[in-house]
Amino acid sequence: MAVGSASWSFTEDDFGAITQSLQRFLHESNARCALLVDRSGQLVATVGEQPKFDATAFATLTAADFSANDQLAKLIGETDFNSLFHQGEKESMYLADIARRVILVVLFDNRTTLGLVRLKMKQTVDELTKLFEQVFARPAQGQGGAPGLLTGADDEIDKLFQ
Amino acid sequence: MSMINYASREINCKIVYYGSGLGGKTTNLEHVYGKVQPDTRGKLISLATETERTLFFDFLPVDLGTIRGFKTRFHLYTVPGQVYYNASRKLILKGVDGIVFVADSQVERMEANQEAMQNLYDNMAEYGYDLTKMPFVIQYNKRDLPNAAPVRELQAALNPGWEVTEPSRQRVTPDPSHGGENLIEQLATGEWVEHAPYFEAVAVTGDGVFETLRAVSKLVLKSLA
Repeated sequence: MAVGSASWSFTEDDFGAITQSLQRFLHESNARCALLVDRSGQLVATVGEQPKFDATAFATLTAADFSANDQLAKLIGETDFNSLFHQGEKESMYLADIARRVILVVLFDNRTTLGLVRLKMKQTVDELTKLFEQVFARPAQGQGGAPGLLTGADDEIDKLFQ
Repeated sequence: MSMINYASREINCKIVYYGSGLGGKTTNLEHVYGKVQPDTRGKLISLATETERTLFFDFLPVDLGTIRGFKTRFHLYTVPGQVYYNASRKLILKGVDGIVFVADSQVERMEANQEAMQNLYDNMAEYGYDLTKMPFVIQYNKRDLPNAAPVRELQAALNPGWEVTEPSRQRVTPDPSHGGENLIEQLATGEWVEHAPYFEAVAVTGDGVFETLRAVSKLVLKSLA
């Protein structure tokens, strides 16, 4: 896949399905907030309590954290770590891989337990994996698939940089 | 790997500043951070050592405007310049949409620049990315220093051009930023070559910083168009 021309996009329907799945998960697990971040560090969605921190920076660091841990896994002879857990005094976070392209981050506090979060997360991860596999299976822009959003927008792009 | 989010109406792209240690990659980002309106940029995140050398990366998100009702958000990253940190340097290239190679113009850094360029090609190749087929610009930084090598020498060493094999692209394409120079040209040997666009800069004063950023962002958006 050539870089630059390769992109992925998701529609409002995808977004609706993702949100629904995550809302159900948050309700069942009593976790505070769930974020989806793509592996290159971009925030895809936030569901639940809106985070009070800088979510863009958080997404970047999450992707870096996951990538660094992937490399650590390889060094010890594993292919990857498909989930990570960071425990704090009050707030904790649990991260899980989705379809090798997206990371689900769940923030939770002492209103729930790690065991419950993990248990409920398994089903959500399966659901989201199926969903994202469909999203990624769609022909991407500029690859002979559907005409892209920016097709024919050359003039507008030029204007942006005048 | 650019991402179009139809729900929040955003186009997200990733640009990585690459180059040898102490070449001015972080300085580029700091200048952008200082100059753009606070409401169009996020926080500048630096994962650096105690001596302010980049350990993992620097990160700055900026909005460059709206196209077709979609906000264009660019995520700017730098990588650690030191060879020692190659493992983390490689991770940052994951999903990259555009590359800025920041070269240190000082004569004595020529070898370090060449090593970093080779390392960039190698790391990209390991991901299966072809640098010659993606948005890529070179910045010759520190042009104000007395020991800066002439641009012609830097071009010969770092941007000699790659072969253009597609017949449809084999036509002389002038470099819009440098009169009398070409981005695509035919050599005396008959071979067609393409050079990456280049820019001269003094990142500490901000000269050339936005020209470089504008050029690479435009190439990234055009690659989606």
